[in-house]
Amino acid sequence: MHIVVCVKQVPDTKIIKINPKTNTLDRRSAPAILNPYDAHAVQEAVKITKSIGKGTISVLSMGPPQAVAVIKKSIEIGADRGFLISDRAFAGADTLATSYALSKALERISKDMPVDLIICGKHAIDGDTGQVGPGIARRLDIPPVTNVIEVSELNESEKSILIKRKITDGYELIKAQVPCLLTVEKEINSIEYSPMPNMIKAARYEPVIWSVNDLEEVDRTQLGLKGSPTIVGKMFTPPKPEGGKRLEGNADEQVKQLMELLNDKKELFVSR
Amino acid sequence: MMDENRGVWVFIEQNDGKIEGVSLELLGAGRKLADKLDVPLSGVLLGYEIMSLSQEVIAYGADQVYVIDHEVMKDYRTESYMKAVINLAEKYKPEIFLYGATSNGKDLASAVATDLSTGLTADTTMLDVEVDKRLLEASRPAFGGNIMATILCKKHRPQMATVRPKVMKALEPDHDRQGEVIEEAIALSEDDMRTKVIKIVKDVTKKVNLADAHVVVAGGKGMGDAQNFQLIHELADAIGATVGGTRDVVEAGWLPHEQQVGQTGETITPKVYFAIGISGAIQHVVGMKNSEFIIAINKDPDAPIFDVATYGIVGDALEIVPKLIKELKEARERGGEMSYV
Repeated sequence: MHIVVCVKQVPDTKIIKINPKTNTLDRRSAPAILNPYDAHAVQEAVKITKSIGKGTISVLSMGPPQAVAVIKKSIEIGADRGFLISDRAFAGADTLATSYALSKALERISKDMPVDLIICGKHAIDGDTGQVGPGIARRLDIPPVTNVIEVSELNESEKSILIKRKITDGYELIKAQVPCLLTVEKEINSIEYSPMPNMIKAARYEPVIWSVNDLEEVDRTQLGLKGSPTIVGKMFTPPKPEGGKRLEGNADEQVKQLMELLNDKKELFVSR
Repeated sequence: MMDENRGVWVFIEQNDGKIEGVSLELLGAGRKLADKLDVPLSGVLLGYEIMSLSQEVIAYGADQVYVIDHEVMKDYRTESYMKAVINLAEKYKPEIFLYGATSNGKDLASAVATDLSTGLTADTTMLDVEVDKRLLEASRPAFGGNIMATILCKKHRPQMATVRPKVMKALEPDHDRQGEVIEEAIALSEDDMRTKVIKIVKDVTKKVNLADAHVVVAGGKGMGDAQNFQLIHELADAIGATVGGTRDVVEAGWLPHEQQVGQTGETITPKVYFAIGISGAIQHVVGMKNSEFIIAINKDPDAPIFDVATYGIVGDALEIVPKLIKELKEARERGGEMSYV
């Protein structure tokens, strides 16, 4: 059983600040972290290999050299080994170019050890797109199952997996053939404390770093900025709706005015 | 080659023979784009025994509906839906293709974009088109603050986007509207499928249905801590409202995720929205700005929430909300005078 988890280093969007003068992100203001959904993806891989008593967990990331930190973090959670693809040729990739680069790295990884399952987080918190996982699945021609909240059964002889997939008002129970690709929601598991040996291993671990030359049969026109059909046309502050009125006075007076307003608007509260 | 591509398409998502609201909203938004570009608007309707829905797609603004009615398409699966959509797109070559930013819509659009080697903009909240260049301008909130990014796909067709539910407006349906239904066949069999939907379980016990709530009382991290956040529940109880919150509040564990309002939570359009201790980051605002009557309470007079609020109260929520609860309770006890349920 070989599981590859795709992880991304993201700025902690809870902390990141906007420069109000230029309306640009002040990336230095935010620490880089392992995308929280990807942490759950690694944890789920650990859970699966524990439940069947064997397996190898590889993590794969694309990013600048400092992204080795999220691979080390994944080792801490319980991954066995990690790969980082890092090259200027990958820079500026949108989701289409990212899924291409990652799929090429996955092909290389699976040459040495066939991949049974790929797990990704539902989306990265810096882009919120959720497009890379299904894109990778398509490129490798394996089925994707997105928004997974439970992996209930892995049948090795049948080469199948039972999955609960979250839908708007409930869930679907899906049986998928492996290899397949899952994207996971946070509720799939809770992140456990890392055991001390994992932490020691992570501190010492040096991931494999590949440049574009280490990947095979790569069409460079599909990489990075060149391979990205989407571009950011402009950034703008959304048009402000007409500024609302302010209620004056102290708290008692404000509440009194509000009560009058609510009373005037009673019809809004009646069911449609 | 790009010049061959003509027409605006909307993927019509249906579940159990019922069209999702976002698809109807997209027909409204797509109609405007199609009119500007002077091209037809088409719906793409997939499923099993769903022919009857095609008239509804036309009533909501489509000129044409492409229908694939096949047993394999009964439940949504990326594999089957993707193949069907790619076949249609390759055959008829639309220039713009919109999908609802639902689980299935995002999943399908990502796979289709990969195969068609084209751009896909996620979670769009504003759509426009530059007519001369026939360029879709898909705008979405960029992370971290009060800023929108307009994403363009200049050299590839179709230009694709997923669009958040409830940010666009559906047209009033016109059931006399005439349109063309184009039925397409697809060579797919169940044996080709590598995924099977074994069962679909609807969660009928789900207590909180924020999306359909009529009155919402939402709190942000300005409430300070989990204990203070109880005031939000109390206020909601006093007026029969549903409780919502910001991403911060959900991440702090004060509220479950299904009660989050905003870009990564629910987009809602209630009649009345209370924003309490909420600063109004764009991710939150896109989720609630279409509410009809918005009351904001916040200490910071410069908080952006006041820009979208119908009425703003600059003040300490911990002082104001208890007074408001007291007044509302008294009003209710006086009998029927203010019954907000």
